[in-house]
Amino acid sequence: MATVDAPQDLPTGAGTRRPRRRLTGYWLILPGALWLLVFFVVPFYSLVASSLFDPDGSVLTGYEMTWHIGNYWDAFTQYKGQLGRSLLYAGIATIVCLVVGYVLAYAIAFKAGRWKNLMLVLVIAPFFTSFLLRTLSWKLILADDGWVVGVAQAIHLTDVLNLIGLTTTDDRLLATPFAVIAGLTYNFLPFMVLPLYASLEKVDVRLIEAAGDLYASPMRGFFKVTFPLSLPGVVAGTLLTFIPAAGDYVNAQLLGSTNTKMIGNSIQSLFTTQLDYATAGALSVILMVIIVAAVMIYVRTAGTEELV
Amino acid sequence: MSTARRWIGDHLVLGLGLLVLAYTFVPIAIVVLMSFNDSSESRNVYKFQQFTWDNWLHPGSWADGMAGSVWLSIRIALLATIVATILGTLAAFALARHRFAGRSAANLIIFLPMASPEIVMGSSLLALFVSTSIIPLGFWTILIAHIMFCLSFVIVTVKARLSGLNDNLEQAAMDLYATESQTFWRVTFPLVLPGIIGAALLSFSLSFDDFIITNLNSGQDVTFPMFVYGANQRGVPMEVNVIGTAMFVISIAIVLGNEMVRRRQEKALAS
Amino acid sequence: MSQLDEATPPDRVGAGGTSRDLRLTSLTKEYASFTAVKSLDLVVPQGQFFALLGPSGCGKTTTLRMVAGLDIPTSGTISLGDTEITYEKPYKRPVNTVFQNYALFPHLDIADNVAFGLKRRGVKDVKRQVADMLELVELSSQAHKKPTQMSGGQQQRVALARALINKPEVLLLDEPLGALDLKLRRGMQLELKRIQTEVGLTFVHVTHDQEEAMTMADTVAVMNQGVIEQMGTPIDLYENPRTTFVANFLGQSNLIAGEIEGRDGDHVKVRVQGAVASVPGERAHSESGRGWLGIRPEKVLIAEAGQPIDAPGDVITGGYVTDVSFVGVSTQYQVRMPWGQELQVFEQNTGARAMLPVGTKVDVSWRPEFAFLLDASQDAKAGIEEE
Repeated sequence: MATVDAPQDLPTGAGTRRPRRRLTGYWLILPGALWLLVFFVVPFYSLVASSLFDPDGSVLTGYEMTWHIGNYWDAFTQYKGQLGRSLLYAGIATIVCLVVGYVLAYAIAFKAGRWKNLMLVLVIAPFFTSFLLRTLSWKLILADDGWVVGVAQAIHLTDVLNLIGLTTTDDRLLATPFAVIAGLTYNFLPFMVLPLYASLEKVDVRLIEAAGDLYASPMRGFFKVTFPLSLPGVVAGTLLTFIPAAGDYVNAQLLGSTNTKMIGNSIQSLFTTQLDYATAGALSVILMVIIVAAVMIYVRTAGTEELV
Repeated sequence: MSTARRWIGDHLVLGLGLLVLAYTFVPIAIVVLMSFNDSSESRNVYKFQQFTWDNWLHPGSWADGMAGSVWLSIRIALLATIVATILGTLAAFALARHRFAGRSAANLIIFLPMASPEIVMGSSLLALFVSTSIIPLGFWTILIAHIMFCLSFVIVTVKARLSGLNDNLEQAAMDLYATESQTFWRVTFPLVLPGIIGAALLSFSLSFDDFIITNLNSGQDVTFPMFVYGANQRGVPMEVNVIGTAMFVISIAIVLGNEMVRRRQEKALAS
Repeated sequence: MSQLDEATPPDRVGAGGTSRDLRLTSLTKEYASFTAVKSLDLVVPQGQFFALLGPSGCGKTTTLRMVAGLDIPTSGTISLGDTEITYEKPYKRPVNTVFQNYALFPHLDIADNVAFGLKRRGVKDVKRQVADMLELVELSSQAHKKPTQMSGGQQQRVALARALINKPEVLLLDEPLGALDLKLRRGMQLELKRIQTEVGLTFVHVTHDQEEAMTMADTVAVMNQGVIEQMGTPIDLYENPRTTFVANFLGQSNLIAGEIEGRDGDHVKVRVQGAVASVPGERAHSESGRGWLGIRPEKVLIAEAGQPIDAPGDVITGGYVTDVSFVGVSTQYQVRMPWGQELQVFEQNTGARAMLPVGTKVDVSWRPEFAFLLDASQDAKAGIEEE
């Protein structure tokens, strides 16, 4: 099949020569694939290798690769609190993102009319400022003497949150799990909205109309027709939200306290301050394995093949 | 009465959606606000105290290292964008237009960085750099890492644009006496260009804004996000918000400007 | 890189004085799972309006693409006069294509689209030629619009202009009128025919619409599953089909099973359900065994049982009307014959006689010179389009 390739020097003859197999595809993808191979795939080996280092090594004495599998057990027992917390916070944030994001994506896909493009730009616009500055802003919003806290206290929201363990007893919102989760939700919302929108956009409106024609109420129509059709977007959005959120530590650092440390915080400090490469590596691998396992189970149950 | 209810019902979702959108902008508003904040009285409290133009008008009074960190971030973002866009565009063409073995493996390797937690990617790169000890941690390691994760986004963006193009167009061009090279430069490239530009912009913002991976692999160098994070302990200087606001305004200006140019073109053609 | 050697169209007659006919010899295109084109032999004389007609999947578009150079044949040759172009790149062939979905360049305006081929060949005086061509297709005022701002009919004319302006030796049209509504299509059919006659180029028009092919083409080739079933003028194909496929694909046919009794002078006699019908020798495509006696519905005369029929030929009695459709110009009857088969009869509404109501007992008749005889081994349902 003749397609457009990079210029080929086909011998100009009587035009009876048959064209040869082309290798252009390989050449084109080579640099990019190589880069990813060397700087994404190979590092995993280094990571696994470092996780098997002798835990007593350090930058000064050097690291010794001793196949010390015990690192994993030690890391796990010591940090399982943070691991569990990370998964929990990321999970809650993802669910909230899903609900809130779905509303927004639905509004843009079906109710926005000619403002669609503008709204999409507005969804991404917050990305144009620094992620850290946005999170710092939340520090201000949730500050102890800010009006958000005031309102929350007034409507006893803080008491409710306290009951479910999302805040501490002194009626603060900052430096609580609530703040961390709120930050995670905020920062990863666009990752949820965009795939949801892409999926909803493809739903044929006439299907929803047909459901109405067949006596389904709007709510019914939504759950029986729209939502199932948007499932690929839901899966993609939840994955793109949960996975990075589980490894995040900026929100926990800026908005949380020592009680809300996530696994990311630990890995970060183990690498940079404590220079314990073995444990840090082990934790990273554990996190990766858990995430991969969770994703595979999730995708299988959701039953979607494509992600868009 | 029921017409009012109907109206509410019809517009409920839209209203909620707009509410969510407004919510996403609240922190931005705060960034802008805080850029005018005078925090000299109590450094450690992140709170609006007094209005001042100083942060904007006197760059000389900016905290030490902030300007340097911004400059570093810009340099890295520019370089990473250029490299990632070139490599990524080539790869996107390969995936969208050519046949080769190992395509699904390639797709997997490209997709994974977008879905992996940054802490894991950063950790593994750090492990690599430290164990091979070829490149010292600093500018070059940061750059390498940025190119790595920008590549995936560029490839996906350009590939999407490319797949959407009707390949009949290229056949039509060749039918009309354009050689492969002419077909590429006169038909394919102009049509893919918007995708490439979009990918480049995306790449730039991803790189400028990256923190987690950068923090692990930066050695002694400090990028802008790292500066902000570090300052959090000592008391954030308000001028960081100036940078944040400036970035936001510039980006919005680019997007809106692009939109206006497009609208003006369409108007001219319709007349 | 040499494209076309001259900016002006190549000489119409080659060095040896032979005309530049398009010649396909044993052209084959095989894919992994099926064969799209099976050893096709075809000659399109220079300057003709040629139609390649067939249902979807028959291989006509594949054939067209091979002539254009967009697909590479598995075997066989394609030549223009003495020049073989089988494996030449598309940009080296003096052949242009009007694509089914127009394939207009969205980032160029109309004038640039039309000028595209000229510019690639380095022609001078582009502006004037483009202006002339736009005038020919009546789009001069739209020259600076983009394709997306134009209607389907306008886009189609741009696609045509873009191809025509290069004065190719062969212009290929891949179902170009498919997306247009009926009225527009009729108009464009006449336009295309007029333009072709005016400029004298060879047009090869691929379509599944048999009315379109018959209206426009000098010669029609009917393709089915990779082979040409029959080729000839529209009248030939219609009045004297050689296969059941052609008989059913072009218009409609009544096919009645019969026993061939053999030749009788210049006719062939067929025993059909008790009666004996005769078919002129040149219209009989089988001489022994079982056969299909074919007769077009508009050639069948109908009258109430016992009533005299105008100019009768072979007659069959004993049928009765099961369905009547008034179609304005004609009345279409379905007549159930004694052996169970329903025959189609189209009668022009001349007003000479009132419509026969359902249930009327009728005799049917036709002139033998309109009948044709086909081999019984062929499928009587071949070529009937599923609605």
